[in-house]
Amino acid sequence: MQVTNVTGQNMHSSSMLNRAMERGRSIFNTLKSNPKIAVGIGILAFFVLVALAAPLLTPYDPDATIVVGSLPPSSAHILGTTGLGQDMFAQLVYGARVTLLIGFTAAIGSTLLQIFFGLTSGYFGGVIGDAFSLIINVFLVLPGLPLAIVLASLASANSAANKNEFVIALVLLFTSWSYGARVLRAQTLSLKEREFVTAARATGESTLRIIFFEILPNEFALVASTFVGTFVYVVGAEIALEFLGLGDTSKASWGEILYWAQNNAALIIGKWWQFVPAGLCVAVLCAGLTFVNFGIDELANPRLRVERPRRKRLLLSKKKGVAV
Amino acid sequence: MRHLLRRVGFYLAALWAAVTFNFIIPRLMPGDPAEAYIAKLQTQQVTREQINAIRELFGVNPSIPLWRQYLDYLNSLLHGNLGIATSQFPSPVIDILRQSLPWTIGLVGAAVILSFLIGTLVGMIIAWKRGSWYDTMVPPLLTFLSAVPYFWMALALVYIFGVGLNWFPTDSGYDVFSVTPGWSSDFILSVAQHAILPVITLVIGSLAGWVLTMRNTMITTLSEDYVLMAQAKGLSERRVMFNYAARNAILPSITSFSISLGLVVSGSLLTEIVFNYPGIGFALYKGVQADDYALVEGCFLVIALAVLIANFLSDLVYTFLDPRVRRGGS
Repeated sequence: MQVTNVTGQNMHSSSMLNRAMERGRSIFNTLKSNPKIAVGIGILAFFVLVALAAPLLTPYDPDATIVVGSLPPSSAHILGTTGLGQDMFAQLVYGARVTLLIGFTAAIGSTLLQIFFGLTSGYFGGVIGDAFSLIINVFLVLPGLPLAIVLASLASANSAANKNEFVIALVLLFTSWSYGARVLRAQTLSLKEREFVTAARATGESTLRIIFFEILPNEFALVASTFVGTFVYVVGAEIALEFLGLGDTSKASWGEILYWAQNNAALIIGKWWQFVPAGLCVAVLCAGLTFVNFGIDELANPRLRVERPRRKRLLLSKKKGVAV
Repeated sequence: MRHLLRRVGFYLAALWAAVTFNFIIPRLMPGDPAEAYIAKLQTQQVTREQINAIRELFGVNPSIPLWRQYLDYLNSLLHGNLGIATSQFPSPVIDILRQSLPWTIGLVGAAVILSFLIGTLVGMIIAWKRGSWYDTMVPPLLTFLSAVPYFWMALALVYIFGVGLNWFPTDSGYDVFSVTPGWSSDFILSVAQHAILPVITLVIGSLAGWVLTMRNTMITTLSEDYVLMAQAKGLSERRVMFNYAARNAILPSITSFSISLGLVVSGSLLTEIVFNYPGIGFALYKGVQADDYALVEGCFLVIALAVLIANFLSDLVYTFLDPRVRRGGS
């Protein structure tokens, strides 16, 4: 990333504007030079748009029984209907809302936990650091999905009203934070030895300020990458919990579609349209986000980039005016 | 040796955490899972003593202080008393787990070994041929396959190879109608046949992780001076690839074993459900479907225990492979 050279005489606002433009341009250049990130973000944006525009895309109510069940795809119902006679395409686009909402909620919450545990356990030595690090490692070694299943099935005990998106998001948040926390902890351990941290300490900044305002901004790329990784995991686990019937089975979501497909033995009788679309959506979304993560890895570790042919690279560097 | 002792201590702490979660979770939840469970038991023919024992296991009796409940709970666990499975009354949970565990261990074990071997080899080769067409094609393809949910992959395989082509059986762990369990060749053949599709599901789902870890560390290793030196000496390509580069690049793959194992176990739970495979995952599923919390909790404990033991084994392998750890360095 380039640093803008702004001379002292420049007005403050114009330097801000410059910097914002520079940043925008550098994000654009990053996307251009790293097709993996661009493709992944494009896929995510596509699904978000579909989820937002659901009422425009389909005239049907996803949860209403409109026709007789299990119709194959036709011009009126482009992906056919479910066993209960709901329109499959409507279920899919409205289901994207549930899946993305749970995914984002759980991933954001989980990332906050990761930042808290990762940075504090890395920054503090001694008993606090050891204790936090032990907690992280214990959560890391305990299998996450079985724990999530136990939590979700006990949470919905006695009342089916507890089977909702919020409970699923909470369960996933609680079982998905450990890996990211360990990654952030390792980075914090190395950052806290740097001069800028020593300097901040010498000027008397409070510990909390050092951790969250000095160290955290320097780990932004890593936080972004663990956020994306957590999101992928959470979406997969969410679909799995819903597939087991631990979600709200009366409301359209991708996992719920697969739950009913399995329960109605859609496969054995060859009703492929009841399970192929939802599975493909999950796979495309998760693969897209994984590409974003590979892209971030490549930005951080230049050795992983595939080398371009020499001549092209020279030309590129001349145009940009920077050495690659 | 000190390193290994520390690891044993850590795994004991993790096991304690798993047990304590099992103790705390039902007590924290809204509603009362234990009462629901007991209500279910009361429809069966259970004696008052059995109900009281279960009340204590779940800590429903509020007159007993919490620490006392906790000690009782630990004590009953040590005696293998995990309660009675309401969904398969009157089998004790421990018996169901004992029957299911070997199936899951066999499935996960075969899948992990196969996908480790194939994945590491593929990762090694595509790193060696970096920039070739298969280096650009294989990782995205595998990433896509690993993003497919395990159970969906299983469903697709059932549909194509089971229902469509009718090549492999897709139900249960062996042919329940024609063979009896035992050390007969018929039984072993039947088990192997029934395991093919589940194992393929798990291998496809977990392959990408091994390939990418190996590829990425191998690329880093390939730029080391000793690799250049080996090439300059005129050693054969295969020798440089296996004995110089791959040998040093494989350690991170073993470190990431614990994470990938957790994922494969989770995948196996879902795969078993699709194939009606008689392992822990299927038992867990039946427990969830029937609100049989004793069975659900028992399954979680056994899975956690198995994963911890497997992790310890991978620690042993790591200590054996990396002399720096043995000597007590970082």
